[in-house]
Amino acid sequence: MKDNPYLFWGLAIILMLSATALFAPLISPFDPSSIDSQGLLMAPCARHPLGTDGLGRDLLSRMIYGARISLSVGIIAVGISILLGLILGSCAGFYGRIADALIMRFADIMLCFPTFFLILAVIAVVEPSIYNIMIVIGLTSWMGPARLIRGEILSLKEREFIQAERALGASDARIIIRHLVPNAVGPVLVNATLGIAGAILLESSLSFLGLGVQPPVPSWGNILIESKSTLGIAWWITVFPGLAILITILGFNFIAEGLKKIIG
Amino acid sequence: MLNYIIKRFLGMIPVLFGVSIVSFAVISLAPGRFSSLDQAMNPKVSAQYQMRLNRAFNLDKPVHVRYFLWLKDLARLDLGRSFVDNRPVAAKILERVPVTVGINALSLLVVFLVAIPVGIRAATKEGGAFDTATAVFSFVMLSVPAFWLALLLMQLFCIHLGWLPISGLHSLDFDYFPPVRRFLDVAWHLILPVFVSSVAGLAVISRYMRSSILEALQQPYIYTALAKGLPQRTVLYKHALRNALLPIVTLAGLSIPGLLGGSVIFESIFALPGLGQLFFQAVMARDIPLIMAEVVLGALLTVAGNLIADISYACVDPRIRYK
Repeated sequence: MKDNPYLFWGLAIILMLSATALFAPLISPFDPSSIDSQGLLMAPCARHPLGTDGLGRDLLSRMIYGARISLSVGIIAVGISILLGLILGSCAGFYGRIADALIMRFADIMLCFPTFFLILAVIAVVEPSIYNIMIVIGLTSWMGPARLIRGEILSLKEREFIQAERALGASDARIIIRHLVPNAVGPVLVNATLGIAGAILLESSLSFLGLGVQPPVPSWGNILIESKSTLGIAWWITVFPGLAILITILGFNFIAEGLKKIIG
Repeated sequence: MLNYIIKRFLGMIPVLFGVSIVSFAVISLAPGRFSSLDQAMNPKVSAQYQMRLNRAFNLDKPVHVRYFLWLKDLARLDLGRSFVDNRPVAAKILERVPVTVGINALSLLVVFLVAIPVGIRAATKEGGAFDTATAVFSFVMLSVPAFWLALLLMQLFCIHLGWLPISGLHSLDFDYFPPVRRFLDVAWHLILPVFVSSVAGLAVISRYMRSSILEALQQPYIYTALAKGLPQRTVLYKHALRNALLPIVTLAGLSIPGLLGGSVIFESIFALPGLGQLFFQAVMARDIPLIMAEVVLGALLTVAGNLIADISYACVDPRIRYK
C-alpha cells in the first residue's frame, strides 16, 4: 500500500464515497427534496454548507443522495458488461471456430457504433430511468471485457494444466470457470474500474441532457441542469456537483492505475 | 499493398450491414411511434389521421419490410425524408456537416500540435517536474466531465470576464460584417467549444506519446545510433519519434466515435447547429429516418477511421501487410 499511492488514494476516495452513499439518510442534514421557500438560491452558509437550489432544497443533501445514484449506476452497469463479456468472451475463446467468428464479428459491429448515439436513441425510446441507463450502458460496453477474456483463454487453453483437467474428466464449464477465468481476473479488474468511471461519466452526461435520472430524484448530472439557467447567479450549483463527479472519477482512475502497477 | 487495402475494404461491408440491422431493430422495435407522439401532445388527433401518418411513413408495415425498403432507398443514396418537416434527410445532414466536422478537425489539430511536443518533453525528462505536472494534469483532465468544464469556463470567461461569447456560431449582425471580420467572429465563437472538446484528447495523446517514446528509446537501434556517435537530437527526432508516432496514428482513427458522441453534448451546451444537436432533436422527436441516417453515418466514419488507421499503419510497417 505504501509504495502504491495511486491505489491508496483511489481506495480512500471510493471508500469514503461508498460510506456516504450507504449512510446517506444519517449524514445528510436535510431531506433532499424538502423545499425551503424562505431560502431559494442561498449561497453557502452555516445552515446550508453548499447552498440551496432554485427550489430552496439543500444542495449538500441532494449531492449526498446523488452519490447513491452515481455509484449504483457505475457498479451495476459494469457488472452487466463484465457478466456478458465473461460469457461471450469465454465461449468465443474456448469453443473457437463458428462461435468465435460469430461472437467476435458481433463485437466488431458493436465497436463500430457511435456508442453515445446508440445510447441516446435507445434511452429516448425506452423512457429514461436509472434502470434503463444501467442496462443500456451494460449492453453497449461488454466488448472490452469479452476481448480480454477471449485473449486470455486462447493463450491458456492448450496448456498442460488444462489438458490434465480435461483428462480427469472435468466439464467445459468447470474448466472455464475454475481454471481459465481466474487467470484473466487482473486485466478484467482494471478494465472494470475504468468502466465504472466511464459509466458514471456517461450517466451524468445523460442526466444533464435530461435523458438520464429524472428529477426529483437527485443525481449529480441532473442537479447540473439547473446550472445552465443560474450561470452567473449561483456559482455553487455549477461548482459542487461537478467537483463530486470529478473526484469520483479520479478515484476510480487512481484505483485502475494502482491495479495496473500491481499486475505489472 | 493494394491487395491489403481491397481485403480490408471488403471486410467493412458486413460490419456496416450489421450496424444498420442492429440499429434499425433497436429503434423500430422500441415502443412509442412517431405517430403516437402527436397524440400525446394533442389528444384530439383522430385515429384516421394516425393511420394516414402510419401509411405515409410505412409505419404500418412489419419491421423487416421497412428495413428492406430503407435499404432499397439507401442503395439509390436516398436517405428518406424527415418525419418532422418532410425535408430530405440528406439535405438536413449536409447543412450540419461543416460545423461538426470543422470543430472536431480543429480540436484534433490542437490535440496533435500540443500533445506530441508535450509527450516528447515529458519522455525525455522522465520523472522531472514537467513530467509530473503533465501526469497530474492529464489525470485530472481525463476525469473531468466535459460538460461541466464547459459550464465552468462559460461562467468564468463569458459571464464574469465577458471576454468570449456564450453560445452560437456567430454574432447577431454577422451578415453585415466584411469577410475578415466574419472569419474573426467565427473564430472568436469557436475558442471555447474547440478547447473543451480537445481537453480529453490532449490528456490521452500526450500520455500515449510519452510512453511510446520511452518504449522506442529502449530499442537496440537507438543504442546503435547513439554508439555511432549521432547527436542526441538526431536520434530522438529521426529514429525514436518516427517509430513512436506509429501508435498515435491508430489512436487518431479510433477516436472518431468518441468525437461524434461528444459533439452531442458540446453542441447542446454551446448552441451550435451541428450534427450532434440535430441527432439530439431527432431522438427527441423519434424521427427514425434521421436517427438511422446519423447512426449509419457515424458507423461509416468509425469504420473509415479504423480503415485509414490500419492502412497508414500498413504503409509504414511492412510486417502487417503480409500477415
